[in-house]
Amino acid sequence: MSEPAATVEAKLPKDLAAERGMVNVQIDGVWLQVPRGMRMIEACKLAQKEVPHYCYHPKLTAPGNCRMCLVQMGMPPRPAPGQDPVRDADGYENIGWMPRPVIACANTVSENMGIRTGGELVEKCREGVMEFLLINHPLDCPICDQAGECRLQEFSVEHGKGESRFVDAKVKKPKNVDIGPRVRLDDERCIMCSRCIRFMDEVAADPVLGFTQRGTHTTLTVHPGKRLDSNYSLNTVDICPVGALTSNDFRFQMRVWFLKETKSIDVNCGTGSNITIWARGNKVHRITPRQNDEVNSNWMPDSHRLSFHQIDSDKRLTEPLAKDGSVHAPISWGSAIADSAAELRKFHASEIAIIASARMTNEELFLVRALASELGTSLVTTVPRMGESDGLLISADRNPNSTGAKLVWQSGDTAGNLATIREGVRQGSIKALLVLSEDLVEAGFSSEDLAKPAFIASIQLLAGPTAEASHIVLPGAAFAEKRGSMVNVTGRIQRLNRAVEPLGSAKDDWEILRDLILALQGAKVGDGPNSIEDVFKAMSSQVPEFDGLSLSKIGDLGQAIVATGVTIPLLDNERARKAAGLING
Amino acid sequence: MAVVKVTRPKLNAGEKMYLGAIFKGFVITMKHAIASMRNKTRGADAMESTGLGITMQYPEQKWDGHLPDYYRGAPALVTDEQDRERCVSCQLCEFICPPKAIKITPGEIPSDDPWAKVEKRPKEFEIDMTRCIYCGMCEEVCPEQAIYLRKDYAITGLKRADMVHNKKKLYEIGGKRVGLVNKWNELK
Ligand code: SF4
Ligand code: SF4
Ligand code: SF4
Ligand code: SF4
Ligand code: FES
Repeated sequence: MSEPAATVEAKLPKDLAAERGMVNVQIDGVWLQVPRGMRMIEACKLAQKEVPHYCYHPKLTAPGNCRMCLVQMGMPPRPAPGQDPVRDADGYENIGWMPRPVIACANTVSENMGIRTGGELVEKCREGVMEFLLINHPLDCPICDQAGECRLQEFSVEHGKGESRFVDAKVKKPKNVDIGPRVRLDDERCIMCSRCIRFMDEVAADPVLGFTQRGTHTTLTVHPGKRLDSNYSLNTVDICPVGALTSNDFRFQMRVWFLKETKSIDVNCGTGSNITIWARGNKVHRITPRQNDEVNSNWMPDSHRLSFHQIDSDKRLTEPLAKDGSVHAPISWGSAIADSAAELRKFHASEIAIIASARMTNEELFLVRALASELGTSLVTTVPRMGESDGLLISADRNPNSTGAKLVWQSGDTAGNLATIREGVRQGSIKALLVLSEDLVEAGFSSEDLAKPAFIASIQLLAGPTAEASHIVLPGAAFAEKRGSMVNVTGRIQRLNRAVEPLGSAKDDWEILRDLILALQGAKVGDGPNSIEDVFKAMSSQVPEFDGLSLSKIGDLGQAIVATGVTIPLLDNERARKAAGLING
Repeated sequence: MAVVKVTRPKLNAGEKMYLGAIFKGFVITMKHAIASMRNKTRGADAMESTGLGITMQYPEQKWDGHLPDYYRGAPALVTDEQDRERCVSCQLCEFICPPKAIKITPGEIPSDDPWAKVEKRPKEFEIDMTRCIYCGMCEEVCPEQAIYLRKDYAITGLKRADMVHNKKKLYEIGGKRVGLVNKWNELK
């Protein structure tokens, strides 16, 4: 079947591949070129062949300790001295298959390598590995939060024997161990893949986890005197392929198969980590990071992940309120909007100021601009919210959409007017305040200042000093309840999606703003834009950076639209580790 | 499609007047009527009838003793020999239930509970009996042998809310069930 090498032209497949820094690999009978230095398991992924695995994670080093990823490998036989390699018609050398399997996760590809992800040898080996993994595994699925998204369940169905031959007593290990404020450990369920250990060491830089004991008694544990209390600890729960690590917050709340997934972004800082919102009915049950290698890799901080609880907390405002004397009483949306507009019209344009927020979406900020010109005021501002970066994902800018605010308002400093407005309120020259999704206390107003304006209307999510001081409170929507776009600190436009309906009679913020503008214009409801897409369209015609975009064109992973020069430290670390060949990414 | 022509049967004069058929029917009816008045109806003994013929005086009289083993009445939760709630609120029955009659609020067992090692049990468990179709899927899917269809069939109520069986009611109907797999034994 093979021809002598001499008859083959100089351009052999290996040379063609080498020119591009690639190598030829035959995967399940099909040749393809993959980058040199790639791990076999990633090459198989390129060929769309699934190799079941537990310990391997593309963002972590590969210790090769679970043995689930066994495949059969072959290389060309080494020619005898003086003998030319034997090649087939296409110029590939014949593959001599090894009689024993190798792990695909820790070995890298090389020229003319052959990989078989199936076949009797591989299947038998997988069955054996599964049987070993299950020997001491407890029958916990009915009470295990991982059930439904458990790799062990999935692979034992796909690759297991379907029955146990083990008759001895199972090894007992600690269960329900409190290892940190947010994470619970069940050692019997642990399959010793060490993903959590490597994550805490390599990504979170807080190596508190490790194994003790040996063999079947190997036990995952936290270092004596330490706790798994890093602000990234919940990521270990995500990457744990089994239910050994579970989240205290999500524990026993809801089975995952009831939850609907919605792709959105985190709004707690300028990074805008990509997230998945998991909801059943109108209740959000958990939030997990979603992979985006340009934003948050596969991770997100715990503090941001758990912030969704405010959506249905006791403090949530669910109906429009108007101040009647000193107490607030519920009113209808119609009169809330009409009264706000009528009150605002009583003041001269120079007496009105708008405090908007860089927590609003681009669409909302665009409508704020329209609202300001309708009122004729130029006193519009956002409130800066600077903190310290944690050196990983949390950005120093705690506003999720500062970049977007600058673009939409076409201004270099959207918060420039804040001091003027504060001073104006103190002096009494500003008599009416429109506060949009912002907290006046955080904006530097004292409680005396709050009592000064003759009229305050605000869009608020939660009860607090600002809502307390407002004459009319318009309940807005939380991040999981709205659609829209934001631009993160690196200049990437990303999309929020609605996972649940606004609670009670709360309304999407952009609709409130639209209705307010219409009321000020004296137009009928229904004259303004009817969908958020229309708002985006109007915006993209005025903001050059958004030109040619639409909400659907932004896509699930967002698009870089401006260069801000800001980088995300965690991604820098990751790229360095990738360049050093530690991970495949 | 093939067309089949059906010819009407030829009837003779007597059949055309159908007097004969009417009379035949009358005889059969009367045979049953007389037999039932003499309490001689077929099956009356088996049905433990007290009244005339086969008629059973429900609800004073019930047929419960005759319900076959496989009878599917109201689903209910059971406890085991040691009075432990068998249900661990895995919510598989809630998932499988075709008319979505089951609603479970899962909860954690506090660490000072004697059954703390089971970790999970329902905080609330509701089956809406106006929805339940007595299909038995919940019993079949339960990995903990915790839910069984019992022989109760007369589920009544004055309001919709009365028709929702809560956890307390479900354990009342279910009672204790012995001899099942004891998964949560001392080895576990
Ligand atoms: S880790 Fe997976 S297999 Fe083990 S008990 Fe939990 S769901 Fe079941
Ligand atoms: S706890 Fe989970 S992630 Fe950690 S070693 Fe065990 S199985 Fe792996
Ligand atoms: S018997 Fe069928 S319908 Fe009734 S609760 Fe069970 S699964 Fe649902
Ligand atoms: S399937 Fe069984 S254990 Fe699971 S929730 Fe239903 S009754 Fe409880
Ligand atoms: S994935 Fe390869 S050994 Fe675990």
